[in-house]
Amino acid sequence: MNKTKTTALERFKWIVVALLVIFIYLWSINGIPFTGIQKSASSVSMAILKGIIHPEWSYVYNGSGEDLVSQLVITLAIAFLGTIISAFLSVPLAFLAAQTTKKFFHPRSTIGKVILTAIRAFPEVVLAILFIKMVGPGSFAGVLAIGVHSVGMLGKLFSEAIEEMDRSAETAIIAAGGSKIQTFRIATLPTILPALMSYTLYRFEISVRSASILGLVGAGGIGTPMMFALQTRDWSKTGIILLGIVLMVIVIDTCSSTIRKRLG
Amino acid sequence: MKQEVPQLSFVRRFHVVGIAITVVILILIYYSALITGVDVNAFFENADQFGVVLNQMKHPDWPYLTKIAGTLAQTLQMAIIGTTIGAIIALPFSFLAARNIVRNPIGRLIIRLILSLIRTLPTLLLAALFVAIFGIGPMTGVITLAFFSFGMIAKLFYDFIETIDMGPVRALQATGATMLQTIRIAVIPQISGQFMSDFMYTLEINVRSSTVLGYLGAGGIGLYLQQTLDQFDYPRTAVIILAIFAVVLVIDAISNYVRKRLQ
Repeated sequence: MNKTKTTALERFKWIVVALLVIFIYLWSINGIPFTGIQKSASSVSMAILKGIIHPEWSYVYNGSGEDLVSQLVITLAIAFLGTIISAFLSVPLAFLAAQTTKKFFHPRSTIGKVILTAIRAFPEVVLAILFIKMVGPGSFAGVLAIGVHSVGMLGKLFSEAIEEMDRSAETAIIAAGGSKIQTFRIATLPTILPALMSYTLYRFEISVRSASILGLVGAGGIGTPMMFALQTRDWSKTGIILLGIVLMVIVIDTCSSTIRKRLG
Repeated sequence: MKQEVPQLSFVRRFHVVGIAITVVILILIYYSALITGVDVNAFFENADQFGVVLNQMKHPDWPYLTKIAGTLAQTLQMAIIGTTIGAIIALPFSFLAARNIVRNPIGRLIIRLILSLIRTLPTLLLAALFVAIFGIGPMTGVITLAFFSFGMIAKLFYDFIETIDMGPVRALQATGATMLQTIRIAVIPQISGQFMSDFMYTLEINVRSSTVLGYLGAGGIGLYLQQTLDQFDYPRTAVIILAIFAVVLVIDAISNYVRKRLQ
């Protein structure tokens, strides 16, 4: 683009874009009925604030298995198992999706990429509901939902790692007469393993967040008591649960990013 | 002369670290499976259930598309307005949180703490909370998305502001310009492209997450998702999921195009 001379066409383009943006905003504002704030909003938000400031400390641990700590442990277990499952599932898909030659059209890689995109298209809440129909409500459905949903993202990250990897070790093993399995075991896997572990940890951070909301639809974890506390307007309990989730997420994020930095 | 044979330490010779990590992970898997009640039998016994559902989804109820088109549009509208409100509020906060603009470390720390607290809460959790405050409807969805966008854009943005070229800023400060003048003349021209790019990226995320917000009563297509799933009406669920998929793909493509043009 030439910046010193703006032709009439370029000026016109600018106006078209501006009009388009204005049109999009008018359309959007029109589509949302601004009902205004409910009369109870201020009193409810004050109650929530009060609840968050005065959390129900007795809920933290009471040994019943329904308390905050046990529910957070369940949430972590869901995220952990789901991530492990998807890490194993996504490796073959990642090899399928990785484009290893410079050809313009690569049918194998395209098929793999389409599969991964399709998996990502299903929100984990929808998957959770589908799995609840299959194995009944509870944490197991949550594990399956995260296990399947994470494959979409992990597979994409893994396949990019495979595309970018250093292939000299592979070439060396092939030159020395190694078989395909030997090449994979001695050269390919060790080269990409640090990247795979780092991405898996990163996905674990995200899965912890996902696992904490799956309970909203009945797939176990901290979301279930949270939903219950919201529905019964038990604000001090809501407060302590929110506090617990925030704390858990911060701790997991910090631990994981420290380990990831050491993995390189 | 004694010749020293190089020896690996015990820890490295027997792969102690690797084995320890493997054992710890296996123990964690075992207890996680115990806690979450993993039932492999139930999974395989009911695996055909999933097949049944998928089978019904194979024949989407296409005429239903006309019925959901309106709410699908509403989902988009919610995302656009929510992201915009969040971005506008995020702008001043990201300046306040940037190390090279504001020199007061305590104020900066407080703002950053608030921003990271907001980012910690998942969108759906915010939606559940705001439904309790603002009632059921698309307003709640807009507020939820605005809240999330605020935390996200402010963070992306103060990180970027800290990397700008400080030359013009110092030059203006040397001539005695006020803070607002400095920002307007020396900072904003450097960051407007990145700002638009971050905005598009957040919009993309919001379109995706707004599709399920309705599940909790925060407006948009999620409401229909909930209805059809509750009624086991899978041909209709399939239409909704395919429609969401198409919309997300289109938004992804547009936003990728715009982001490339802006950079």
